[in-house]
Amino acid sequence: MKRSVGFALAVLAAAGAVWAAGILQITGEGATFPYPIYSKWFDEYHKKFPNLEINYQSQGSGAGIKAVTDGTVDFGASDGPMNDDQLKAYSDKHGSGILHFPTVLGAVVPIYNLPGVNAALTFTPEALAGIYLGRITKWSDPAIAGANSGVKLPATDIVVVHRSDGSGTTYIFTDYLSKVSPDWATKPGKGASISWPVGLGGKGNEGVSGLVKQTPGSIGYVELIYAVQTKIEYGSVKNAAGAVIKADFASVTAAAAGVTMPDDFRVSITNAPGKTAYPISSFTWLLIPAKFSDSAKRDAMKGFIKWAITDGQALTQNLSYAPLPKEVVAKELKAIDKIQ
Amino acid sequence: MAATTTTPSAGPISGSRSFLSRLRDGDEIARIITSLFAFSVVLITLLLVFELWHGSVLSRHKFGFHFFVTSIWDPNAGDFGALPFIYGTLVTAFVSLAIAVPLGIGAAIFLAELAPQNISDTLQFFIDLLAAVPSVIYGLLGVFIIVPIMREDIQPFLKSTLGFLPLFTGPAYGIGFLTAGIVLAIMVIPYIVSVSREVLLSVPRDQREAALALGSTHWESTWKVVVPFARTGIMGSIFLALARALGETMAVTMVIGNTPTISASLLSPGYSIAAVIANELGEATGDLYLQSLVELGLVLFLLTFILNGLARLLIVLTAQRGSEMGRT
Repeated sequence: MKRSVGFALAVLAAAGAVWAAGILQITGEGATFPYPIYSKWFDEYHKKFPNLEINYQSQGSGAGIKAVTDGTVDFGASDGPMNDDQLKAYSDKHGSGILHFPTVLGAVVPIYNLPGVNAALTFTPEALAGIYLGRITKWSDPAIAGANSGVKLPATDIVVVHRSDGSGTTYIFTDYLSKVSPDWATKPGKGASISWPVGLGGKGNEGVSGLVKQTPGSIGYVELIYAVQTKIEYGSVKNAAGAVIKADFASVTAAAAGVTMPDDFRVSITNAPGKTAYPISSFTWLLIPAKFSDSAKRDAMKGFIKWAITDGQALTQNLSYAPLPKEVVAKELKAIDKIQ
Repeated sequence: MAATTTTPSAGPISGSRSFLSRLRDGDEIARIITSLFAFSVVLITLLLVFELWHGSVLSRHKFGFHFFVTSIWDPNAGDFGALPFIYGTLVTAFVSLAIAVPLGIGAAIFLAELAPQNISDTLQFFIDLLAAVPSVIYGLLGVFIIVPIMREDIQPFLKSTLGFLPLFTGPAYGIGFLTAGIVLAIMVIPYIVSVSREVLLSVPRDQREAALALGSTHWESTWKVVVPFARTGIMGSIFLALARALGETMAVTMVIGNTPTISASLLSPGYSIAAVIANELGEATGDLYLQSLVELGLVLFLLTFILNGLARLLIVLTAQRGSEMGRT
């Protein structure tokens, strides 16, 4: 009896020692779009390095930018890059900058509900912008029919559906519309939530697809991942080179390969050049402080990013994310050294 | 709610016992501790108001009173106005009460006065169950059952029969003010029924017997004596329902259409204060945007405060009228 008590105490002491030696905890907050792959990555990485734990709150890109600027988390994550004002706000407060690291790629696809039409539709940039501006109101409009010769489109009213919650998906979609339509760029412009000229709002991808599924004559937009995983049929989009592209991993990665990557990685790849590029694609970024006060956290973070953009990329396709192009990975590997 | 109006206020026990002896008996300790709890509620409310006030300073200074009367909500332009959200919140709340009050009070009268005891208790069990269902479930119910029925049947019917009224015009999307009001009505009915039933049951027996002795029928004694006697408590149940309807977020955002419009038509999509805060807070970048959302929270608080104040006033006025009637 006495011996077993002693043994138990020894075990407790050992456990305490491990606990005291400390599991390194890193916290992050931000985008919801990459949350499935991030939580997979953090989980796998924790298995490789049991004494490192990365906790991530998927509160939204805006919340991530705010949290990393306030210094309440170690890193942020966002579907849209921080703008110059936000970067300035960070460096004013912390005296150093924020580095952007693209991790995976996503895309936004148009979905629709048109009874009697079974063919997959193609949308031109002009048609998408016109519909969401409220200028194209009938499915039989020449702007839609022109790209879908052979499909008999009914003269029914178009019911426009958009996201009601602030979202990176909306950011990517409106960033695209701003590039292809000068009118859209002046008003309403791009953003995670904007002032929509027309349409109904659905909460989340599931809210938008629910409204579209239920409302005859409706059109909406959802993340490619969501459409693939829930097996929703989606339309093709005509890209900048004039080719009709249906979004898939290859065409999304092609969009990323088609643009020149600036040194700070803040780049929009919507309406990318390249014959095979899907035009409504985007990176999603980790927002990493350029200066860490805690060297253990810094080294762990560097190790994680390196692993995520190399070995970690193998996990992306199971979760329907498009992997990074090789050139981008090579450039990022060099940039990791900037973290101090 | 009802209990506070019927329980006599518990003042300190009068008498010549010393503070120490009362402390030893626990009276004084209980009084100190419970009063601390009571004041903490006031403190939390004040803190809430302070935080909302303090957190919306930018937007209050920039927009001032215009915040309440403009209907533009454009995060890109940095231009924010609360009017469509205030309108949507009020319209959905009142639509829900218009449906829930007659239904709820009628049900409560049946349960308390007319139904046999065992049926009343069984039904009450199910009604209490309804009150415990999470709001997202009501939202799902709305999206998958009520919205299609509204779009296919009810809204076309309303348009063809009452379409001459501005209330029922525009395309039938299935979602909108009316649908949100109906979902809210389903959610708040249990509150009205439960509280009203308890209040009606607590009406003293001699009130009923006196009415019957004077020769009134069962219904007359219920409608003219028992219900007026329980009026204050029934009002209380309605305000509880109103508070819930004003603040409901999840179920409303799923069926209201989330479009900041002001339209006389109940079929039109709209937006409510609670829904827009929940939808946009996570992605709100920039101080002014964030603070405008906080100010919307302040507006919702004010709205609840004003409506509650009006409700109290109504109670005081009707109570006075009732007692005057009693004297004549």
